[in-house]
Amino acid sequence: MIDLIYFSWIRERIGKSSERVETRAETIVELIEELKEKDVRYSEVFSDLGSFRVAINQELASFDASIIEAKEIAFFPPMTGG
Amino acid sequence: MYISVQNEFFDFSEEIKKFTATLDNIGALVTFTGIVRGQKSKTLDYMLIEHYPGMTETQINLIVEETFKRWKICDALVIHRYGKLEPGETIMMVATAAQHRKEAFEAAEYLMDYLKSRAPFWKKEVLNGEEHWVEAASGDEAALNRWR
Repeated sequence: MIDLIYFSWIRERIGKSSERVETRAETIVELIEELKEKDVRYSEVFSDLGSFRVAINQELASFDASIIEAKEIAFFPPMTGG
Repeated sequence: MYISVQNEFFDFSEEIKKFTATLDNIGALVTFTGIVRGQKSKTLDYMLIEHYPGMTETQINLIVEETFKRWKICDALVIHRYGKLEPGETIMMVATAAQHRKEAFEAAEYLMDYLKSRAPFWKKEVLNGEEHWVEAASGDEAALNRWR
């Protein structure tokens, strides 16, 4: 089981801030494909890989990163700190 | 090193006083403060800042540690707020103390560039009941290239 966490407009468009999922995906890209099949909200949010970032266990990760060891995966738009 | 991620208001001058009180042999102190725009122009009702608890603190720590590796600075401070902020309120501040100004200036700029695009904060602006998420500026990511 992996905790998925959503921030900013991704959280708003998906309609929840987190959820626990069971997945057979081995990478972020595969996980995104799984989510997109689940519901149209996910396919809309994740349609453009350039519009969001991802963190595995609270560390920024690339889309081809392995999620075998992942406990927590977060999806969010580019950060706007400062 | 002092790092704080907080909802509460902070007093810029008080923080500087506390920060510098413990330092010795400092020749340069550089500070930056980010403020919510729209004090009189009414272009903003308020700002909401969301963050990723846990990752935020870790990321800021990493950024500050890297700053210490790259420049000969004596100390650094980062305070960043989240939650609802009114126009004119202080969003965040950084301070860098060094023996010489070049290190202090560069370290502060580096901190700001990285906090902007690597610390997991997201800003939402609200005006007349309409809200929109602030988008990262295209130059934010490019700003990191000068440090690579």
